[in-house]
Amino acid sequence: MLQDNALSDPQKEQKIFYLRVVTSLLIVLGLTSVILFRYFDLQINRHNDYVTNSNNNRIHIRSVAPTRGLIYDRRGQLVADNRPSFTLNIIPESTQNIDQLLVRIGDLISLSERDIERFMKRVKRNKPFQSIPLKYNITEQERAILAVNSHILSGTEVSAQLMRHYPEGPLLAHSLGYVGRINDREIKKIDPEQYRGTDFIGKIGLEKYYEDILLGQVGTEQVETDARGRVMRILDKKDPVPGSNLSLYLDTDLQRVAMESLKGERGALVAMDVKTGGVLSMVSTPSYDPNLFTSGISQKQYDDLLYSADRPLFNRALRGQYPPGSTVKPLFGLIGLQHKIYDMDYSIYDPGYFFMEGIKRPWRDHNSDQGGHGYGVDLAEAIIESCDVFFYTTGVKTGIDLLSKESGLFGLGDITGIDLPGEKRGIMPTREWKKNKRRQEWFNGDTINMSIGQGFMLTTPLQLAVMSARIATRGEQIIPKLVKSIDGTPVEPEFAGEKISYDKKYWDYVHQAMVDVVHSNKGTARSISEGLTYKLAGKTGTAQVISINEKEKYDSSKIDKRKWDHALFVAFAPAEDPQIALGLIVENGEHGSRTAAPIARKVIDNYLSGFQQDNKSLAAARLIHDFSNPAEIN
Amino acid sequence: MYKYDFVRQLNTKGGDRHQNPFHIDVTLILILFVLCLIGLFVLYSASEQSFYYVKRQATFMLAGFIGMLIVAQFPVRFWERIAVIFYAAAVLALLAVLMFGIEAKGATRWLNLGFTRFQPSEIAKIAVPLMVSVYLSRHVIPPSVKHVVGALLIVAVPAFLILKQPDLGTSILVFASGFFVLFLAGLRKRYLAGAFFSALAAIPILWLYVMRDYQKQRVLTLLSPEDDKFGAGWNIIQSTTAIGSGGLSGKGWTEGTQSQLNFLPESHTDFIIAVLAEEFGLFGVLGLCTLYLLLVGYCMIIAINAQSQFARLMAGSISLTFFIYIFVNMSMVSGLLPVVGVPLPLISYGGSSIVTLFFGFGILMAISSEPKRIGTWR
Repeated sequence: MLQDNALSDPQKEQKIFYLRVVTSLLIVLGLTSVILFRYFDLQINRHNDYVTNSNNNRIHIRSVAPTRGLIYDRRGQLVADNRPSFTLNIIPESTQNIDQLLVRIGDLISLSERDIERFMKRVKRNKPFQSIPLKYNITEQERAILAVNSHILSGTEVSAQLMRHYPEGPLLAHSLGYVGRINDREIKKIDPEQYRGTDFIGKIGLEKYYEDILLGQVGTEQVETDARGRVMRILDKKDPVPGSNLSLYLDTDLQRVAMESLKGERGALVAMDVKTGGVLSMVSTPSYDPNLFTSGISQKQYDDLLYSADRPLFNRALRGQYPPGSTVKPLFGLIGLQHKIYDMDYSIYDPGYFFMEGIKRPWRDHNSDQGGHGYGVDLAEAIIESCDVFFYTTGVKTGIDLLSKESGLFGLGDITGIDLPGEKRGIMPTREWKKNKRRQEWFNGDTINMSIGQGFMLTTPLQLAVMSARIATRGEQIIPKLVKSIDGTPVEPEFAGEKISYDKKYWDYVHQAMVDVVHSNKGTARSISEGLTYKLAGKTGTAQVISINEKEKYDSSKIDKRKWDHALFVAFAPAEDPQIALGLIVENGEHGSRTAAPIARKVIDNYLSGFQQDNKSLAAARLIHDFSNPAEIN
Repeated sequence: MYKYDFVRQLNTKGGDRHQNPFHIDVTLILILFVLCLIGLFVLYSASEQSFYYVKRQATFMLAGFIGMLIVAQFPVRFWERIAVIFYAAAVLALLAVLMFGIEAKGATRWLNLGFTRFQPSEIAKIAVPLMVSVYLSRHVIPPSVKHVVGALLIVAVPAFLILKQPDLGTSILVFASGFFVLFLAGLRKRYLAGAFFSALAAIPILWLYVMRDYQKQRVLTLLSPEDDKFGAGWNIIQSTTAIGSGGLSGKGWTEGTQSQLNFLPESHTDFIIAVLAEEFGLFGVLGLCTLYLLLVGYCMIIAINAQSQFARLMAGSISLTFFIYIFVNMSMVSGLLPVVGVPLPLISYGGSSIVTLFFGFGILMAISSEPKRIGTWR
């Protein structure tokens, strides 16, 4: 209060001011030092960290998807190729509000719940500033709509990429399989670096089995992007290496014939080139269009396929396990002969039934309506007329152990080793097998059931084809293969073991019996012999319905037909120099002779006519070649 | 040397100044010119190498220079006399903003005059220290309690009105400019201590009752920017990255990746120092700080040599306020202070800021070119 009334003293006031100015200047210098220290700390001490940060901001490694390897059939026809397709992508970091953006896009083009759900999942696991696909396969029209509205769709981009396409659609679905989007389970197994450029992976079939070969090597591009994720320039580049191309043994034309023949049926057929093991045709009907899976199948379409009573997704040729029925008779006969259980002169009396010592219930002969085949039924007749009693009798003599062991050499009871995933092994029972699975001893009754391909025994159509091929080649343990060459390099035929060394006379005997199944007037498949220009060896079979049908939901309108027996047929031709062997089944086809055998003939007819043509043109080509290079003649 | 030189110099010192009929301070103009030139260079790089902002900024600067020269022609006493009217006009304009202002980005800061829009808070930056200087220079210093309270009231009214806009940054700066006058006027140490501790005590109150959520968010972001990398923390992460990656000598003019590729937000306005630091490195920062210190120091000399108590206080406050802009801006961009909207003087793009700054320098030039009494140190 005193100062209030005091007079001002200019000198004192000036002094106070000067002191304060000096203080201020000190404070100014102090604060400036703080700032400079901070900038020094950032720019010198932590310079390297921030250089890294700044580079991480702007430099991104962009993956360049390799082109997936193409697949050709044996004649060079493309059966799996890549077609351009457009995808709508979003870079989440470049948008202000993802939900709002999704709503905007949803107003312009149709977006399914599944698209959005899958997109949101990937948002969580992706690296920042990577574009994430929202919708695949957008149409020209949708592209135009998006382009016009691009000003409100900041952070979106439409990219072009190659999408797998199967020109033949359902025809080759079960062998080629298909690619689909990588799912959560697969993501844990794969090397994420290899799959950075692609969203697709082989799911089933050849696409899965040869995934590593077909995929190729991912390429990279080091790009500089701005804050909105736009690429400003490419700094460095490593080109992708395309996947290898596969050439198959499969013959699309033959496949079409087989498919047509089985149309409307549930069944499977496998035809093999007996020299190489090459699979010429592999059919499982009904089939499905694999292109549905590459472009994103809708839940309804998928449910329709999955829950259809006909099970189109089920590869019967590879995974369907059926009792082989009488188709194993030639093999079992051969085993008996080779191991001197009986000889070629051995015959029995067939009253139409068979009694086992100590068992009251007789085993009936399924192939004779009245009485039996009578006196003097030898192995040949038993094969030709498919006499069960002969095999009941000899089966018990041969015994389970020998049958089981030797059948293994012909591909039964184990996977064949074909280049497809998910093959079933069937059942070739042994004493141990029964002990383990059924907790019971092996009875002779079990052997009797098995001796006509029933009982515990199960085979896949592929195994039947392999068995025929090994009989046809007189014991070459050929392994079936779909792929003939990879990038032009032939895949060598593989064998499961040494050639089976059975006596020639027994091979001749059984081959002749199988030829007579078709060509003699008593043969069960004589109906297909008309007009044959070559000798076709075969064996019919009928299998009682058990196995896969047990698990199915029955469609009441079809319930009766679904209890019918399965019709089977195995064959090879031409008998004197076999080229092709096959195994086939028609579910609920009742009799091998009536339903299955005609299909086999159509397929073999087609193949052998084509084969002869091929040979002629090959010879012609050689001729031209020789004339054009006269020097080589010398 | 002529034997009467010393006396003559003493006698003619003021006379020399009298011979400065256009009231020009060449040193001041030179430093400002160099700073403006640097500003334009950095701005060119910061605005994606387009001349659009550079041209506009150059126009503002030219207008600012002319305005500064005009302001300098008025005698110091004129500013002393119109201080009350000027202050009253500023307070009225601030009230008008709250009532009829133009809203943008959640804040009401602009007033539309029909032909142009302007921010009354910019006037307050000059009017408040002017008014406080006049008020305190009329009383004995160091100021008594009564006059301290009076001065604080003069400061508080516009500061509060600006806080309501809301514009915390400007409010604090306006408050600071008034407070500097008090400080320079010899505010007693016990009051200073009191002010310091009440400021500390005010922090929790500010936090709980005054600060808005977005302001609190900025403080939290400062403490841990990584918590919200792509949201609130983005600006500060990107600006520190820009500064740090510049290193000692920088990436080169227009070569800064952070600024050129748009990672750095607000690169041509509030965050422009990050562009300079990235492209010219620590050398650039040191150079700029040296120029700034030269300017502040020179302004302080003007203050010391001023002829009246009012002129001293006004000149000192303008210099310190100028410095505090620099300090707050460089600190917030480098992550030392929360982000408040304070531009970097003479470098950041923005017409209002340029015009206000040159207005202040105009008053300083008026003070520096006043006739001097014999014996002042120079």
